[in-house]
Amino acid sequence: MRKIDRIIKRHKKKGALVPLLQDVMAEYGYLPQRTIERISQELDIPLSQVYSLATFYKSFSLTPRGKYLISVCLGTACHVRGAPRIVEKLERDLGIRAGETTKDSKFTLETVNCLGACALGPLVVIDGKYFGRINLSRLDEVLKDYLK
Amino acid sequence: MRLRCPSDLVKARKLIRSRYDPKKTCVTVCCGTGCLASGARDVAETFRKEIDRRGLRPRVNLRITGCHGFCERGPLVVIYPKRIFYQRVKVLDVDEILSQTILKRKIIERLLYVDPMTGKKIVYENEVPFYKKQRRLIFGNNGRIDPTKISYYIALDGYTALAKVLYKMSPQQVIAEIKRSGLRGRGGAGFPTGQKWELCRNANSRLKYIICNADEGDPGAFMDRSLLEGNPHSVLEGMIIGAYAMGAEEGYIYVRNEYPLAIKHLTIALKEAQEWGLLGKNILGSNFSFRIRINRGAGAFVCGEESALIASLEGRIGEPRPRPPFPAQEGLWGKPTNINNVKTWANIPLIINKGARWYSKIGTKTSKGTMVFSLVGKINNTGLVEIPMGISLRKMIYEIGGGIPNGKKFKAVQTGGPSGGCIPARLIDLPVDYEKLTRAGSMMGSGGMVVMDEDTCMVNVARYFLSFTRDESCGKCTPCREGIKQMYEILDNITKGKGKESDLGLLKELAQIVKDSSLCGLGQTAPNPVLTTLRYFPEEYLAHIKDKRCPAHVCQDLIRYSLIVEKCIGCQICNKACPTGAISGEKKEPQRIDQKKCIRCGACYEACKFEAIRVE
Ligand SMILES: Cc1cc2nc3c(=O)[nH]c(=O)nc-3n(C[C@H](O)[C@H](O)[C@H](O)COP(=O)(O)O)c2cc1C
Ligand code: FES
Repeated sequence: MRKIDRIIKRHKKKGALVPLLQDVMAEYGYLPQRTIERISQELDIPLSQVYSLATFYKSFSLTPRGKYLISVCLGTACHVRGAPRIVEKLERDLGIRAGETTKDSKFTLETVNCLGACALGPLVVIDGKYFGRINLSRLDEVLKDYLK
Repeated sequence: MRLRCPSDLVKARKLIRSRYDPKKTCVTVCCGTGCLASGARDVAETFRKEIDRRGLRPRVNLRITGCHGFCERGPLVVIYPKRIFYQRVKVLDVDEILSQTILKRKIIERLLYVDPMTGKKIVYENEVPFYKKQRRLIFGNNGRIDPTKISYYIALDGYTALAKVLYKMSPQQVIAEIKRSGLRGRGGAGFPTGQKWELCRNANSRLKYIICNADEGDPGAFMDRSLLEGNPHSVLEGMIIGAYAMGAEEGYIYVRNEYPLAIKHLTIALKEAQEWGLLGKNILGSNFSFRIRINRGAGAFVCGEESALIASLEGRIGEPRPRPPFPAQEGLWGKPTNINNVKTWANIPLIINKGARWYSKIGTKTSKGTMVFSLVGKINNTGLVEIPMGISLRKMIYEIGGGIPNGKKFKAVQTGGPSGGCIPARLIDLPVDYEKLTRAGSMMGSGGMVVMDEDTCMVNVARYFLSFTRDESCGKCTPCREGIKQMYEILDNITKGKGKESDLGLLKELAQIVKDSSLCGLGQTAPNPVLTTLRYFPEEYLAHIKDKRCPAHVCQDLIRYSLIVEKCIGCQICNKACPTGAISGEKKEPQRIDQKKCIRCGACYEACKFEAIRVE
């Protein structure tokens, strides 16, 4: 609990909840239930209010992420260049839906909006690495390296 | 260094320039988001190492810059002073560039850009048609500045406008100048900026706030991001001038959470501006003080809307509220607040430096200045494009954008993101200005421009935008929350071949209701993609509904893959690519597709090298 208390202390004066939760996300990779409870207690804010923020904003997650984060851009440019089929393939191959994590905690699949590299669309980012102008067969090859 | 008066700034600029030899070779590497994704970081690092290893430091400078705009050809390397333009540069090219171009002044043909129209190789950056046809007033400096060092900005006359304003103009004069310039907001609605500032100036309150809206929610646009990453001081200078004009002492930059590099560069820029006495207490020795804080968004499109943005800044969930009162009357923490888009702020120093009269000569009668678009989608030259208001879509798409890839036919262009609409090919001569775009059923928006070709299904595009706005609706008002969902369901049915002709009337009716009765701009504009596609592409809707056919071969429930027996040589690549085992046949014999097993993922179509698979 020490880590969370330090984060809370940093924000306590201003009481700004959004930046606080962002720091918790950066520290833990998600918002563990105990941290949410702690925040509610320490800042004397109703639990429901913390949860309402935690569930309203997309960058907050209540569940832990897998080892590898796979982000598929579904921005407009990538969409018209066929990104939906890329998502479908990943859902099929990993056996999860976008937004979920595989049972073995290895992969989290998410869709995002415009990564600012539309020239490379359709675009998949795996573990921080960009794979541009991706198609189904190249994706197969790329995935092989991670499925090992 | 702390600047205590305008002449300190002039002296500092002289000093910076005197240390800089304009004839010295300088290698600039674009490290904007697009080029980074293509591997620019490694290219830049290799340059650094190689320059050191060869002891070239005294002769060659290396500069890492923000986005140059021509993302399609990245990683981009431009060699000053002549501005030799190399594109798609790889780590392995670095050695040759140094030994040939830098040391022997030889051009490496292979790295030059070839103009697809004429087939000619182009050596210098300013001769590349993509750049030549633009007017880069706001973006031009991106390629010249190292955004992590304030001295570059100052060397290029940065902060002169601020000095002029603080010492030679009253706040009222600044506002009058901005009004005269005709500048309108670049964030979407196009409200006259000077007028908005005046409202805030006249609001009766000691405390006032200004906000820079860098939430950039349009999911296919990245111009605000590139400006913040590549030239953050231009935005800061605009904000400081605005704060002086409106009498605000505190400002916020609300940056989309997914923009870590922009946040990093802004943080550095704020710190430097502070150290140089251009931000903080007694700016440039005047009695005007102002400070800026950065706030990271948390991922909600609706937070780009000004009242939701304010709620989010206050630490609440980003729900809009009815207006009036407008933010200029009651904004952040209940105080008068002015919100402008990133690009709007970046226009301010330009107007002050060059004068309203000069500025108002650029553009059309109602739309002044330039507009920055991110030109993306089915276009040859994806990138950031800055043009004077009023040039035609044709010019943007063909002369700057280089036309449509693979010889396909241009079908439509979408502006304004989820709030905008699709403009059909037959309106290609439409001039780009606020009124003309609105009249065509779309809007200027904040600068997204997505090009679509014959392979794009317009019903599918409309559905895409609705799925976006449905997910992003904050849920506070019923028309938006429920209406968009219902419209989405109807469209979804149509793309699945389950639509009825009566759906179209219902769709129009619902769209009108959502437009008229939603609380904020999100709902009020969300029907635009549907309305414009219905207006310009009714036959495509009817094909889906009546003939159960998707003319662009996109909607999976309405297409079918089959083999062209005469073309199939039996290589079985498709067979291996198929994830469901729907393809069978003997080796060297034509294959067969079992329609019951086929999930229409398109893997075989993509894999076949003999065009032996047909979609219908
Ligand atoms: C749903 C919605 C999303 C918006 N997103 C943005 C945005 O991402 N960036 C932006 O500058 N303005 C956005 N706006 C417009 C802002 O509400 C506001 O009008 C704008 O920031 C004002 O600045 P301007 O006058 O400089 O254009 C959005 C509006 C709506 C209704
Ligand atoms: S839409 Fe995918 S990177 Fe822009």
